[in-house]
Amino acid sequence: MSTDSLSTFETAVPGTVHRTAAADASEALAEAIEPPAIGTAIPHDGVSLPDSVETDLSPSDLESAATGVTPAALGIAEYGTVTIPSGAAGDELVSLYTPRHVAVVAASDVVPDMAAAYERLSEDFAAGADTQILSTGPSATADMGTLVQGVHGPSETHVVLLEDR
Amino acid sequence: MSSRREKADALRRLMNSEGETVGRNTRNVNQLSDYAIQRFDDYDEARSAARGIKESAIENLPELIDRVDEAVEENGGQVHVAQTAADANRIVEGIMADRDAEKLVKSKSMTTEEIEVNDHLEEAGYEVFETDLGEFVVQIADEAPSHLIAPAIHKSPDEIAALFNHAFDLETDLSGDPNELTEFARERVGEHIREADVGMTGANFVVAESGTLMLVTNEGNARKTASTPDTHIAVAGVEKLVPSLADLQPFTELIGKTGTGQDITSYVSLMTPPVDTPIPDFEADEFRDAEEREFHLILLDNGRMGMREDDDLRETLYCIRCGACSNACSNFQSVGGHAFGGETYTGGIGTGWEAGVHGLDSASGMNDLCTGCSRCVPKCPVEIDIPWINTVVRDRLNRDAESDEFDFLVEGLAPDEEPGGLDLQKRLFGNVGTLAKVGSLTPGLANAVAGSRPGKWLLDQAFGVDPRRDLPEFADETLREWYGARGAQVSDPDRDVVLYPDVYTDYFDPERGKAAVRTLEALGVRVHIPAVPESGRAPLSQGMVETAREKAEAVHASLVTHIDDGRDVVVIEPSDLAMFRRDYEHLLPERSADRLAENSYEVLEYVYGLLDNGADADALSSPADGDGELAYHSHCQQRTMDLDEYTETVLSDLGYILRTSDVECCGMAGSFGYKREYYEVSVDVGEHLRDDLGDVSDRQLIASGTSCQDQLDALYEREVPHPIEVIAPR
Repeated sequence: MSTDSLSTFETAVPGTVHRTAAADASEALAEAIEPPAIGTAIPHDGVSLPDSVETDLSPSDLESAATGVTPAALGIAEYGTVTIPSGAAGDELVSLYTPRHVAVVAASDVVPDMAAAYERLSEDFAAGADTQILSTGPSATADMGTLVQGVHGPSETHVVLLEDR
Repeated sequence: MSSRREKADALRRLMNSEGETVGRNTRNVNQLSDYAIQRFDDYDEARSAARGIKESAIENLPELIDRVDEAVEENGGQVHVAQTAADANRIVEGIMADRDAEKLVKSKSMTTEEIEVNDHLEEAGYEVFETDLGEFVVQIADEAPSHLIAPAIHKSPDEIAALFNHAFDLETDLSGDPNELTEFARERVGEHIREADVGMTGANFVVAESGTLMLVTNEGNARKTASTPDTHIAVAGVEKLVPSLADLQPFTELIGKTGTGQDITSYVSLMTPPVDTPIPDFEADEFRDAEEREFHLILLDNGRMGMREDDDLRETLYCIRCGACSNACSNFQSVGGHAFGGETYTGGIGTGWEAGVHGLDSASGMNDLCTGCSRCVPKCPVEIDIPWINTVVRDRLNRDAESDEFDFLVEGLAPDEEPGGLDLQKRLFGNVGTLAKVGSLTPGLANAVAGSRPGKWLLDQAFGVDPRRDLPEFADETLREWYGARGAQVSDPDRDVVLYPDVYTDYFDPERGKAAVRTLEALGVRVHIPAVPESGRAPLSQGMVETAREKAEAVHASLVTHIDDGRDVVVIEPSDLAMFRRDYEHLLPERSADRLAENSYEVLEYVYGLLDNGADADALSSPADGDGELAYHSHCQQRTMDLDEYTETVLSDLGYILRTSDVECCGMAGSFGYKREYYEVSVDVGEHLRDDLGDVSDRQLIASGTSCQDQLDALYEREVPHPIEVIAPR
């Protein structure tokens, strides 16, 4: 992915971006996480979740965890959006219930714009990854008179960007 | 007429109770949306793409319904097609009973408001809770949503706090702090979500080939509603279907920008249910297998297939319910959706929805709040001609009205094409061209009668013309009389034009016409002012479509011979130019409409063109010492056609210093502001214009449109000339 797109993405993400090499991902994650944390497996070689991240989940973990870590399938540079595919590991719930969501995305999965994103999404959906959330968090409402963040979803979002993946 | 009085009273009550909050919130979102659109280079491309997708999807709807049925079934869900609201409710209740469910949580959805599923389920003994915080507020207040996407936009934080304090038995009362209110509502709603047996969502779009739903939210309520309980019911109008996932791209980029003014909303969920997310059982603190998930898609017809067959209402089905048309509407900004709404839907496009799904009656109360100002048109992400839909519905309402016993008297006398039952007030304003012609025969007498107390009383009693607004005065000599006596004064012209003598310029304000003549002549143009009928704007505003069509045909017949002779048509009144460029496409054969549209220009647009092609700007008036500072209010339709910039550029290039106003239309001051029932709304809209213009004591006030001039005249009690009068040679 071009450095242009990566810096556009970094600027557009509505939250903190942690750029890191895969080998140092644990450190970056530790920095992004506020314990207690829950998470689902990150499908990139050499990247594993810190031990402190609980992956064997129960519903009460969803309610008590401060951070949820999930992989993201795509980054969309123009909008600072990540897509969260839902899976049997409970990615959708992990990314939704905790006050802080940390998404892990590979630089090679950052596309420049929405048109490119939909090309990838169409391929993914045809291949079976047919539920994905385009997340440009945090969750927000203006229903009570002014903008308040953190409603049914997280109030804070972080993105860990794997520069060499 | 008491019904006019009752309507005026109801509008006043809503303006007092909700107007301020609605105004602040809608104007704020409208500005954010302007800003988001400005930054989006591909706005027009995305709109055309979105429009094309909707056109073809509605065209192929039966096929898409079959396709989604197969796709959802293959995924392990079920599709139900409901012909009516009652059918849909029966299906929902059946699912609840089959699942032994007791409690349902709902994410925000206008379609479920349309079928009134809450009432139905509650009557059947089920519990229903809204999860969108705005809907939650409205549910507790036992009110209807007042906006397509912001249901509680009419309530301030203090009002919400008072409502919660009254509804819940709290140890400590909540203050009006939005953070505290949000926290409280989230806790309450969160509990309901965790306990619910069934989650109900709407769908912004449904992808036929895969059965994927697109759900657009900021709060995340749709995600929680759809993924927490083991049963998900989605209720969507059949018009929400699109063929493939890729078709969602332009909508993904448009909906946040036009709806809330965000580049993109926090969550755009593309869910293909039943999803494989494990089912959280919070009580047992364990996950159940996703295999146990159940999904039902209820596709609602409820009049939509009829709308699809209706050449004028069909466009309504392209609507993506972003609510931009409401925010861009000056009248909505004043009165809000509880006045500008029907049984379910509110605001600009709401009339089309109400007429289609609930019938004309439900559209009647709100329809007249559209003045046709067209400010919603550039805001609509699918290029729907909302004013036209509202005009057609108005026409149908006119035709639906029952004749009263005296109608035969009017029927024979009125020079229009309308049926007998038409409201006399509408007939009066719709025939203003004829009235002007008659009145101008004896201008002194007509002015004396219209300005006298008995005259005003009669106009009020018989036609509902509000005596608080002064009618325009007839000029002693019409523009055409003046020009006829004077004749053309350019012998070897560079160009030949027809100055279109609109009713207002010709009979009431010939000065702006004379200024246009002097300006054009000074720039080397020969001017003709033939007799041409009224453009049809007046009857069209009243929903008298057939009368407007007859006028359009006559105008075309008069002007086309001039165009054949190589003359351009120059128009002073922007609403008349909008007739030629936008509305005639509905009234004339395509070729005729195109020909007139291509050869007609707004007067300052034309002046700009002449100057740009080398005409001598020194021939025009530039600012003399001390009077070069102007406050300029453009015209709503002029802005919709992107013509305001020509006036601004010409004035600036001549050395004038310009302050401009960009609030939404004040057209309510036109024929609508004369109507007793809407007079106070027009004043309220005008006050906002005054706020926007600020202190103008040190400068001249100018405006391009007749209604704008009326409004500013009333607000400032001073003459408000047309820009052409400023630059015309002295």
